[in-house]
Amino acid sequence: MSELHELSLTEQLTGLAAGEFSATELTRHYLSRIERLDPALNSYITVCQDTALAAAAEQDALRAVGHAGPLAGIPIAHKDIFCTQGIRTSAGSRMLDNFIPPYSATVVEKLTAAGAVVLGKTNMDEFAMGSSNENSFYGAVKNPWSPDCVPGGSSGGSAATVAARLCTVATGTDTGGSIRQPAAFCGITGIKPTYGRVSRWGIIAYASSLDQAGAMGRSAEDAAHLLEAMAGFDERDSTSVMDAGPDFTSLLTADISGKKIGICRTYFNAGLNPAVEAAVMSAAKQLEALGATLVDVELTMADHAIPAYYIIAPAEASANLSRYDGVRFGHRCDNPADIDDLYKRSRAEGFGKEVKSRIMVGSFALSAGYYDAYYRKAQQIRRLIKEDFLQAFQQVDYILGPTTPGPAFAIGEMVDDQVAMYLQDIYTIAVNLAGLPAISIPAGFTGGLPIGMQLIGRHLDEAGLLNIAHRYQQVTDWHRQGPALEQEANHD
Amino acid sequence: MKVDHEVIQTVAELSQLKIDPADLENYAQGMTQVLDLAGRMQAIDTQGVAPMSNPLDATQRLRPDVVTETNQREAFQAIAPETEDGLYLVPRVVE
Amino acid sequence: MTDFADSNWEAVIGLEIHTQLSTRSKIFSGASTQFGAAPNTQACAIDLGFPGVLPVVNQEVYRKAVAFGLGIGATIGLTSVFDRKNYFYPDLPKGYQITQLEAPIVMGGTVDITLEDSSQKTIRVTRAHLEEDAGKSLHEDFHGQTGIDLNRAGTPLLEIVSEPDMSSAEEAVAYARYIHQLVTFLGVSDGDMSQGSLRCDANVSVRPKGSTELGTRTETKNVNSFRFLERAINHEIERQIRVIESGGRVIQETRLYDPDKDETRPMRSKETATDYRYFPEPDLLPVEIDEAYIQQVREQMPELPAAKAARYVSEFELPEADARVLSSERQLASYFEQVVELSGDAKLASNWVRVELLGQLNKDGVEISDAPITPAALGTLIARIREGRISGKIAKTVFEALWSGAASDPDSYIEAEGLVQVSDSGSLEPVIDAIIAANPKQVEQLREGKGKLMGFFVGQVMKETGGKANPQQVNDLISKKLGL
Repeated sequence: MSELHELSLTEQLTGLAAGEFSATELTRHYLSRIERLDPALNSYITVCQDTALAAAAEQDALRAVGHAGPLAGIPIAHKDIFCTQGIRTSAGSRMLDNFIPPYSATVVEKLTAAGAVVLGKTNMDEFAMGSSNENSFYGAVKNPWSPDCVPGGSSGGSAATVAARLCTVATGTDTGGSIRQPAAFCGITGIKPTYGRVSRWGIIAYASSLDQAGAMGRSAEDAAHLLEAMAGFDERDSTSVMDAGPDFTSLLTADISGKKIGICRTYFNAGLNPAVEAAVMSAAKQLEALGATLVDVELTMADHAIPAYYIIAPAEASANLSRYDGVRFGHRCDNPADIDDLYKRSRAEGFGKEVKSRIMVGSFALSAGYYDAYYRKAQQIRRLIKEDFLQAFQQVDYILGPTTPGPAFAIGEMVDDQVAMYLQDIYTIAVNLAGLPAISIPAGFTGGLPIGMQLIGRHLDEAGLLNIAHRYQQVTDWHRQGPALEQEANHD
Repeated sequence: MKVDHEVIQTVAELSQLKIDPADLENYAQGMTQVLDLAGRMQAIDTQGVAPMSNPLDATQRLRPDVVTETNQREAFQAIAPETEDGLYLVPRVVE
Repeated sequence: MTDFADSNWEAVIGLEIHTQLSTRSKIFSGASTQFGAAPNTQACAIDLGFPGVLPVVNQEVYRKAVAFGLGIGATIGLTSVFDRKNYFYPDLPKGYQITQLEAPIVMGGTVDITLEDSSQKTIRVTRAHLEEDAGKSLHEDFHGQTGIDLNRAGTPLLEIVSEPDMSSAEEAVAYARYIHQLVTFLGVSDGDMSQGSLRCDANVSVRPKGSTELGTRTETKNVNSFRFLERAINHEIERQIRVIESGGRVIQETRLYDPDKDETRPMRSKETATDYRYFPEPDLLPVEIDEAYIQQVREQMPELPAAKAARYVSEFELPEADARVLSSERQLASYFEQVVELSGDAKLASNWVRVELLGQLNKDGVEISDAPITPAALGTLIARIREGRISGKIAKTVFEALWSGAASDPDSYIEAEGLVQVSDSGSLEPVIDAIIAANPKQVEQLREGKGKLMGFFVGQVMKETGGKANPQQVNDLISKKLGL
């Protein structure tokens, strides 16, 4: 048998069911890896050793009496944006460094009910604002493939920890690419479902009309199992989609012949790294070989998503982050002189620079005299973007392209150029504006760094995306490759 | 659009953020860049297009008028910066 | 306060009335709305604006808002949208209030007010929208700090905005009273002003008489009694006239009425002059309702005061003023209608309810819901008068006994106390004979045609019988005996 951490989620489930190892052993194995390897990666903000072992023991006991949930004993990690009752939930911010929620997110409750064992909370860009994980109060996360590179963001900790085999699967959230871009940079599979598919209750909000939780794993199959347990209607979220129990696993191996996969020329422009282009085109050929039909498709609005997003998301964020005022929870400045001072200093001290920048841009875009030119205009463009996709989906079933313009960039490379950083999201952002599901799948390497490709689907067609991704992964092994971690080499 | 220090001060006031005068220029440059990026939207004709504030083609569900919450003051206030007699305390507010 | 009425100025007044909707739970959370709980014990994670929580709209809030809209003949918004209104204030936990700006639930509508001189005026309602209430700041001494109680945060409010159609404090109060009557009648709000269930903001400006331009207006906030509303508006009108007449200019500002000092003063909080940066609430979707829903609400609505008053006039032949009194409150009208049904005499019922019942309630400071006399008892009592079983005078005695608790049921009390009217000529004749014999002079005058002396004789007989004689029968017997 290979090492426990090399097993896929389904292999671990099989091993647990067969009694080859217990949830406690599995959990201990991961905890010791985290202790050994994570100091160099910084993928966790909080490791929940005691509660994880207690949960694993409980899962073992339940399994012994025949009560094993669909994820019984599987060690997972939550992005530190999901509220976890009794466990500090920071959103990567000094503002919430002391915040221990009295409640859990719906996703957390569902996964716990499914039997998953929570190893800890992963690092992230502060309030999910960032594409590199450099905007974390808890320090940058290193890309497991290259310690000089970023893991992407904002779910950089979740992507890095899955890639480094420091958990089996992890949750993430994606507002403009925050699951898919780090998945691409770290060589894992990450799916952002349709807006409304997964409950937002208990997820610390960045931009409410764009935020969506999703699953990150090494393979589409692992991600499908995780997503299936996360998704579903929740009456506590008004934007939750009413739908029958989601099934993302039974169609994984279905035949994909006849599926029409659109290739959008606009995606393959001058800004795209040639190695990424080559990898995506090669993947397209493989899908064709699996029976899919490749069709050219046009997305005329593709270039306009970034400007619209960087108005809409900050506008919503400017309001969502007003609750952090030092009164009821979170950071409060010392000795406030008056109420104004309390607000202004608590917020100035609690938020990092990128967060403050976005709050101010958002306030500006909504302010009298600028609302129509910025916020309203962006919302109109948003409709055009959605219509653009709907039109494309009349011709094709899926749209294939790169997830990012290039592989992971160096830590510090873009910190002084906000806009260059924003342009990293060029392929992912339109999907959030339109509320569509999309998945990033490992598709190759360049210079030792992973390449990701993105497949976009119709509303609520996560099962189709996972099916194609899984079929692709059955004939490729990009997703099976793991980084050689220095410390691991030293230690083993 | 070129953002000057005054704009930053105005939005910082609206956002209740204390900005160090030494950082004003940096924020102004950053916001200028973002607004220039956003300015590209002006090239698109959106006349007659209804703004879209949510990607869902759905309408609001309404919930029954039922009390479902119980008193959890102790749990909530255990993580509050300052409370007394069940009240959250803030510096004196003058109406 | 009428001195300005004779001056060269006229006032232009619009009201914004915030009425708390009487739901069990809050507008966006399942926390209780009950008044008077210990601080922050009815503020859940949603009301407190905790990270990651989300609002879900209470359906009852919509029913009530639609009922109100129908009550003023408004257009109901088939698609209404919630927006965020952004400002920082310690009693506003999220840093924004969820309200409705562009697409409110109620648009237009009118209210007909009746003034003291019986003249009528129509006031236009601009809109009414749903929003959440804020918490309360307590300024008592917490070592120089302010205490925040968020129990009220998230209580549903309907903000009713009028056009600036009023030109005096009297009109404004009449309008506010009408709205109060309507919302309580519909069960939309409990209307308890002492608990802040109805609060008025008054927009006031003045201009030279006959001018069509509007002057600069001020907004006087949070006036929560009709008396204070009248005073606050009059003060503000006078203040503005004084400012202009002394060469100054009225500044557009938000003012606060201080009932203790009986004056208005500018609010110092910065909440007054900020840029609210409204935008559609992304946590909520548009609320859509259809005609069938509106029809359903309409069918469940009670008859409204104006319709009731009109019916009392046409069906019961009551004078309009009496009909208005009886239809002014839902419980009073219901009481009255039960009395009519049981007594079978609307006019007697009207008199008894308005004069005796309301008089006693007023005197003892008792609400009609707590009246010690049930509509059934009063209805029975009036039926006995109508049947001639007791006299009106005796009825008052019974009424008093019922009120004080000495009696619980009119019939058994009349029986037990022997109060049945004497209509038996056998027992009345000896009494009448004796009185005729004792007053020969008056008999003479009556025979000579001094008709009003009949009253004297009847009075004497009533006195002698302790009020139990049937006056009409006494009258008939005397006439017969004297050959009139």
